[in-house]
Amino acid sequence: MDFTAPAGDNLFDEAKVIGKSTRRIDGPLKVTGQAPYAAERHDVVANQAYGWIVGSAIAKGRISEMNLADARKAPGVIAIVAATEHDPVGTSDYNHAPLFGGREISHYHQAIAVVVAETFEEARAAAGLIRTSYDRAEGKFDLAKVAPDAPLESEESSNSSKLGDFDAAFSAAPVKVDARYTTPDEAHAMMEPFATIAAWDGPKLTVWTSNQMVQWSKRALASILGMDRDNIRLDSPYVGGGFGGKLFIRADAVMAALAAKAAGRPVKIAMQRPLMFNNSTHRPATIQRVRIGAERDGRITAIAHENWSGNITGTDGENSTLQTPKLYAGANRLIANYTAQIDLPEGNAMRAPGEAPGHMALEVAMDELAEELGMDPVELRIINDAAKTVPGNPDKKISDRHLVRCLREGAERFGWSERAGTPGSRREGRWLTGMGVAAGYRAGPATTSAARVAMGADGRITVETDMTDIGTGTYTIIGQTAAEAMGVPLERVSVRLGDSDFPISAGSGGQWGAASSTAGVYAACVNLRRAIGEKLGFDGDAATFDGGTATLNGRRWAIADAGAMSADGRIKFGDFKKEYDVGTYAAHYAAVKVDAFTGETHITRMLAVCDAGRILNPLSARSQVIGGMVMAVGAALSEDLHVDKRFGFFANHDLAGYEVPVHADIPHQECIFLDTLDPVISPMKAKGVGELGICGPGAAVANAIYNATGIRIRDYPLTIDKYLDRLPAIA
Amino acid sequence: MQSFTYERASSPADAARAVADKPRAKFIAGGTNLLDLMKLEIETPHHLVDLQDLGLDRIENTDDGGLKIGTLVSNTALSAHARVRSDYPVLTRAIQAGASGQLRNKATTGGNLLQRTRCVYFYDTNMPCNKRSPGSGCAAIDGASRQLGVIGTSDACIATYPGDMAVAMRVLDAEIHTIKPDGMARAIPIADFHRLWGDTPHIETALEPGELITHVQLPAPVGGQHFYHKVRDRRSYAFALVAVAAIVQSDGTGRVAFGGVAPRPWRMDEADAQLRNGASAVVRTAFADARPTEDNKFKIPLAERVLAGILAEVKG
Repeated sequence: MDFTAPAGDNLFDEAKVIGKSTRRIDGPLKVTGQAPYAAERHDVVANQAYGWIVGSAIAKGRISEMNLADARKAPGVIAIVAATEHDPVGTSDYNHAPLFGGREISHYHQAIAVVVAETFEEARAAAGLIRTSYDRAEGKFDLAKVAPDAPLESEESSNSSKLGDFDAAFSAAPVKVDARYTTPDEAHAMMEPFATIAAWDGPKLTVWTSNQMVQWSKRALASILGMDRDNIRLDSPYVGGGFGGKLFIRADAVMAALAAKAAGRPVKIAMQRPLMFNNSTHRPATIQRVRIGAERDGRITAIAHENWSGNITGTDGENSTLQTPKLYAGANRLIANYTAQIDLPEGNAMRAPGEAPGHMALEVAMDELAEELGMDPVELRIINDAAKTVPGNPDKKISDRHLVRCLREGAERFGWSERAGTPGSRREGRWLTGMGVAAGYRAGPATTSAARVAMGADGRITVETDMTDIGTGTYTIIGQTAAEAMGVPLERVSVRLGDSDFPISAGSGGQWGAASSTAGVYAACVNLRRAIGEKLGFDGDAATFDGGTATLNGRRWAIADAGAMSADGRIKFGDFKKEYDVGTYAAHYAAVKVDAFTGETHITRMLAVCDAGRILNPLSARSQVIGGMVMAVGAALSEDLHVDKRFGFFANHDLAGYEVPVHADIPHQECIFLDTLDPVISPMKAKGVGELGICGPGAAVANAIYNATGIRIRDYPLTIDKYLDRLPAIA
Repeated sequence: MQSFTYERASSPADAARAVADKPRAKFIAGGTNLLDLMKLEIETPHHLVDLQDLGLDRIENTDDGGLKIGTLVSNTALSAHARVRSDYPVLTRAIQAGASGQLRNKATTGGNLLQRTRCVYFYDTNMPCNKRSPGSGCAAIDGASRQLGVIGTSDACIATYPGDMAVAMRVLDAEIHTIKPDGMARAIPIADFHRLWGDTPHIETALEPGELITHVQLPAPVGGQHFYHKVRDRRSYAFALVAVAAIVQSDGTGRVAFGGVAPRPWRMDEADAQLRNGASAVVRTAFADARPTEDNKFKIPLAERVLAGILAEVKG
């Protein structure tokens, strides 16, 4: 199916299943422990041995010697694949740092060996007997030091752009803000670690793994191992959290494959938690400067967002400016991204890469501007809303945008009018209270996606696609789509995901999964409807499918009478979409209380009002948004990979040291979806929300803390040590 | 984790002897700290002596009106005990400020006193650490030290004792009762139990090799209002940046101990004596010899503010 023009009326506008809050169809399997995650797939292949990955003890340099003798003699050891005895593996388009790089070490905890043994405990114990010596090399580990010399990313990459004359307009502006913000390196810290079972059958390799992007990763693994892609099967039906960390093949899969070859039998690896922070990818730290100039009535005349970050390649930094061309009007604009080469582990995508830290600067700068103007920050955003075209790229039309509605409905529902106009002026006992707001923008991409839809002789529908469910609810929305399109109850639909032998989907990332994969399933359903119609003698495109029957011109057919059949289908998106910016929008509100004695912040309420087109399943969409809000709270208040600038690694590399929010940190969260439709995105008119929820709430919390205390902190996370000396004096 | 042998002791004296007799032997009770450290090979005992059959899991009244707490009493049971809640509420509050419900169900009274530091360099066996590997140096002093000690530390180690329970026990003047391998029992005041690091940060307590904690004794209740305020970067399941245990009497006198700042729960009689003069006077006295790092110097003004907050809550 080619999607070549904005969607008109279609069956989803009369939906009976789509758009209804629906409990996860995979929920019973998950809560009863019967949904097997990668490391639990004991039955897929016999005789699984256990692998344990050894990580480099240095951040940069070279292995001079590895003594494997004691480890080889240890009980239960079957094989050891070591960097000194094995060539480095290849690279792929999807990862930059070597996953197994021989003697050359480019980051801390880079995999340097895998030990295979009969039991997990034996593999781990033997790994402890390997003695490795290194020649340590100097590295660059301090972003603040390397940032001033970082090169500007080219203007063609759209990561840097100019419009009008920023310098002149800014200097002429009667009201201005010029502020610098920093965000730290952050970890995905997903619950399920990287895990893979690998098995060889002659030249063929199967990996049962935990991965968001099955086809990317199949291609990457072929490239890394120097194999024919057709000899690889990758299966990832359940993923225990990814957040971008599992978009790619990582060391667990590569080392399991090498280990299984060396051991001559299947090998299972679940990466130990202490390696999860330095062996993997992370969200790079940023330094951001935001300048905004406005007229006294609040209209923005000049806006600049400059961003510095680093990565191991010196390219592909954390582009925190992404939302800035999209959110607010202003004729004179400057966007600049500078990326330094830095020798920390690889930086790569983490939930809303760019926008998540970008909002933490831009949306605080807007709060600061509102303060300078003496204007309500909600109103400031409203008067600078963009209507028809993208402010930073006036050639692009906006597909469907209701940010002002989000802001207004949010203000009403949250009781924004109760907010104190003067910061630091509300106190209840020992608590200083305040409210904050932030807007949110995250792109709404969609990409080619295919599926196979089969009908059994009993009329049951089975969907197969290599799409993944990373905890997002994909099984359910795909089931809902097929139920809607085939006119059967949801209970009559089975969904099978994550197997690279299934038709190629969009995969899960960048909040494109829901929009793309459901459209692909719809395309396959349309083809199956046609096939059923051909068999039974009616026009499948014209008939109405409902209750297991097809109806046309007063005639009715039971679709099961067509017998077992299946159809593949694929959605492809036409060039017309290039004329549009398809975005998702939100208004985020937060209320906090700050202990006037200790500075401890308690968030008391959070609200997100979201505009993301049709919401396929409000129940699971809400879960995604509030999950993003939780992650934003972590980014605002506690999450911080501490860079040891001498040894070149993230020192707090476990879940005790890297503090994600706990239940006690999270108050009641409310999430409202506007009843909007975006005909440009896909036939479903539905956009993803998996990343919208993290775009803005961190800034809303920071702004609420300012409103409560009158203290502006621009370095995240906003921990007590950064403002203790500015709290009210104690008697 | 390296392999080890294992036995279950049948009496406290046997347990103490078993650990003294075997090289690199250790006691194991709840295992909530030791097993983690063994998996990371920070601890590599060759032999474990399991205490679970010793029956030291009771809380009993003492003749002088105090409480005798068996070493195997779980954190959960201790914090929920009726007399602890009514007579020693600072202890209940401190215990419940630590770890998680699951961990408190397993963690024991004796084991909690022996909880080892949570310094990230102690936890990473690639890093120098005088506590884990004597003589190798300290990576923390010029490294990630925000969480670490500001007083009672040394040039060899700036780790903290990380627990909460012991901070409350410090203001309650608990006594730690032990049995040695030769069968002799003794009582160690909690003030003397945790050593300051000096040049030997790997030696953390006054216990001798094989010496087993049998119980902890609390003196008769001292009354007063009890407080435990633990400050951390998230509201649960994190170690203290600063914790303050305080007992304040109606005349304004009282006792104060600080957690998360030193190798031991930090309390000084001279500082207690300043309590009627306010938080600033107490903290100035208690932290007079502090030597914080750039990253953790905030702990001293934070300690003052936490104590000021407590004193503001004291009901006249």
